Amino acid sequence: MSAGSGDTLTMDVPEDAGLRHWLSRFNPAAKLLAALILALGLVPSADPVTGGVVLAGTAALVPFSGTDRRTLLVLGLPFLLMGGSTLLVNLLYGDQGAEGALGAAVRVLAIALPGLLAAVSSDPTDLSDGLVQRLKVPERPAMGVLAALRLVPLLAHQWRTITLARRARGLAARGNPVRAVRLFFGRLFSLLVRSVRTGTLLATAMDARAFGTGPRSRARRSRWGRRDTLLLAAAPVLLLCAYGVSCSTGTLVLLWTGTA
Amino acid sequence: MADVRLSGWGWRHAGRSEYALRGVDLRIDAGERVLLLGASGAGKSTLLHALAGLTGPDGAISGEQEGTLLVEGRPADRRRGTVGLVSQDPDSQLVMARAGDDVAFGPENLGVDPDRIWPRVARALNAVGFPYDHRRSTGALSGGEKQRLVVAGAMAMRPRLLLLDEPTANLDPEGAALVRGVLQRLSAETEATLVLVEHRVAEVVDLVDRVVVLEPGGGVVADGPPARIFDRHGAELAERGVWVPGREPEPSVAPAPGGAPVLAAEGVSARTPGGLGMRGDGRRTVLEDVHLEARSGTATALVGANGSGKSTLLTLLAGLDRPHRGAVVPRGPLAEADRRPLYRWPARRLARNVGTVFQHAEDQFVTASVREELALGPRVSGLPPARVGAGVDELLQRLRLEHLADVHPYTLSGGEKRRLSVATALGSGPANAPCVLALDEPTFGQDTRTWRELVDLLAALRAGGSAVLMATHDPLLQHRFTDVRVRVGGAGVHVDEGRTT
Repeated sequence: MSAGSGDTLTMDVPEDAGLRHWLSRFNPAAKLLAALILALGLVPSADPVTGGVVLAGTAALVPFSGTDRRTLLVLGLPFLLMGGSTLLVNLLYGDQGAEGALGAAVRVLAIALPGLLAAVSSDPTDLSDGLVQRLKVPERPAMGVLAALRLVPLLAHQWRTITLARRARGLAARGNPVRAVRLFFGRLFSLLVRSVRTGTLLATAMDARAFGTGPRSRARRSRWGRRDTLLLAAAPVLLLCAYGVSCSTGTLVLLWTGTA
Repeated sequence: MADVRLSGWGWRHAGRSEYALRGVDLRIDAGERVLLLGASGAGKSTLLHALAGLTGPDGAISGEQEGTLLVEGRPADRRRGTVGLVSQDPDSQLVMARAGDDVAFGPENLGVDPDRIWPRVARALNAVGFPYDHRRSTGALSGGEKQRLVVAGAMAMRPRLLLLDEPTANLDPEGAALVRGVLQRLSAETEATLVLVEHRVAEVVDLVDRVVVLEPGGGVVADGPPARIFDRHGAELAERGVWVPGREPEPSVAPAPGGAPVLAAEGVSARTPGGLGMRGDGRRTVLEDVHLEARSGTATALVGANGSGKSTLLTLLAGLDRPHRGAVVPRGPLAEADRRPLYRWPARRLARNVGTVFQHAEDQFVTASVREELALGPRVSGLPPARVGAGVDELLQRLRLEHLADVHPYTLSGGEKRRLSVATALGSGPANAPCVLALDEPTFGQDTRTWRELVDLLAALRAGGSAVLMATHDPLLQHRFTDVRVRVGGAGVHVDEGRTT
């Protein structure tokens, strides 16, 4: 649960929110960049220790992300599954043994967690501002994505109505799996049609407000403070520590030496 | 203030063979307030979109134009800050997640100096009486509040031409009153030229000093001050579907036979559906221990503000969803079909005995053509194909949809969609009408013609012994065709017996 009156698309963190929301005080662009540095930095390593140190270092930030464990688990589930399946596949078919498999799995998680934290601790609007103003992401697609995000709760509502409507019209799978699949895709298609329609209306409304007629000005400034620079600097430091630990304990395996 | 000149103007939407409008000659001087009227399909929205510069080569709407359309002496392309547009549906007009950011969106697009944007935002929010902080989430607003925000977003662009396309059509009466109040105040303050489209003339007639009547596929057929237009053309306009004050439709409704209860809600509680599981969207109780009966041959109206739970109650009474607690159980003739609570009925049995009409007709449609749509009900009730075909032909004729039998239901006009959606809820046809018919805002946004047809049809069903349940805001529907009024609010219901006046 976030503090304040935020819902899915806004995050209100009061000034005195304290350490629990410490991570949300950084510029989203800084968080994303730091996550990117960690991810790229981990690519060469294939051992569990290097990835493990980064994973531990990032996991230590979880209590300061302002996110409850349930949300983090729900959002992290795909990555956990990915890590788990990486482990399994490498164990069964890999030529690196258990250690190599564990290394691959830990690396997946260590690459995913920083990005996930950056996302859940940022307000979507601030994130888009940060991407556009700090990372020079093209503005049109960024605004488009932000506007489309508003439609997600509408679509959830839409899906519910479509489901009820099938029952009202007498359509049900009645235990027949083929019919169940057909019904599901029918509903999906209805949702698609509706979302395209809503999207078109929204695009028209944006056009009517002079979107894309010329250079825009920016009402909000994406602020970059000293702490953001420090966060950026902390990422390579964490990587150095990780490689230092695995090197000194003799466990470091690099991707190319591993396969050699 | 901007002036508008149209001469011999016409527009044909891409992929259509007929012109939406043709041969329009119209001159609107700077600062005038004009109401555009016409039957549905007369191209009023198209004209507004063209004035907003949304048609044409770079615009969002493609098609073919003829003649000339000039705003301030130049073709209406989206010239910066000239035009503001407010459309019907607030949900598809808000762009940003926070109220203030959304109002700032227009000025940003115009390249207004950032230091000047926030004072503009504050002034616009103030002008529409926005009751919250500018950091308020737009998702947390009611329909009327959202639409006020949309108006603020248009005003913050300081338009010289303000276009309003049925701005209150999608709102409940409270929300509509809020927005109307804002428009009253704005029209007194702003000097912008105002062009307005609205079916419900009474709502806006004091905002305008001129009425222009358009003909479908044609041009201007009447033009002048409101009093004169309604005096001379009122009857004709009402006949064509426009809601003219004092000329509301008066269908001759067959009396309600009344009858025994067919449906009863017993201690029903309901909660809002959970969110997406993000940040713990809370589930709210909307109905608590509701007891209610629906009688055959009786029209029951569920009334109450948006969010009061009347749509939820209707969904439960129609057996589409499972209540959080309690049950909706069949009584009398309906219990002969199945004695279990309605949510446990198989979908086919439910569709045969309890019909549901959704607020948005499109939600109702599950096939790719009008004919299939009408055949589905009889087919799932197990009628032989020959009888299905004959029944469908008869329905098509009754609905005046024969010429559209093979088109996709989504491509029908608003009134046609409504007629079809009601027909699809009648199970295997009006001859075997369902025991209960539940309708969510059936008259919403309809012109007088569809309104009258709908009430005629519902009255016939009621006379035949069906229980008609309607969630509705429409005061005229409550006035002309309601036997029992159920006020929903504060998680409970209050029943007023007897016809409301």
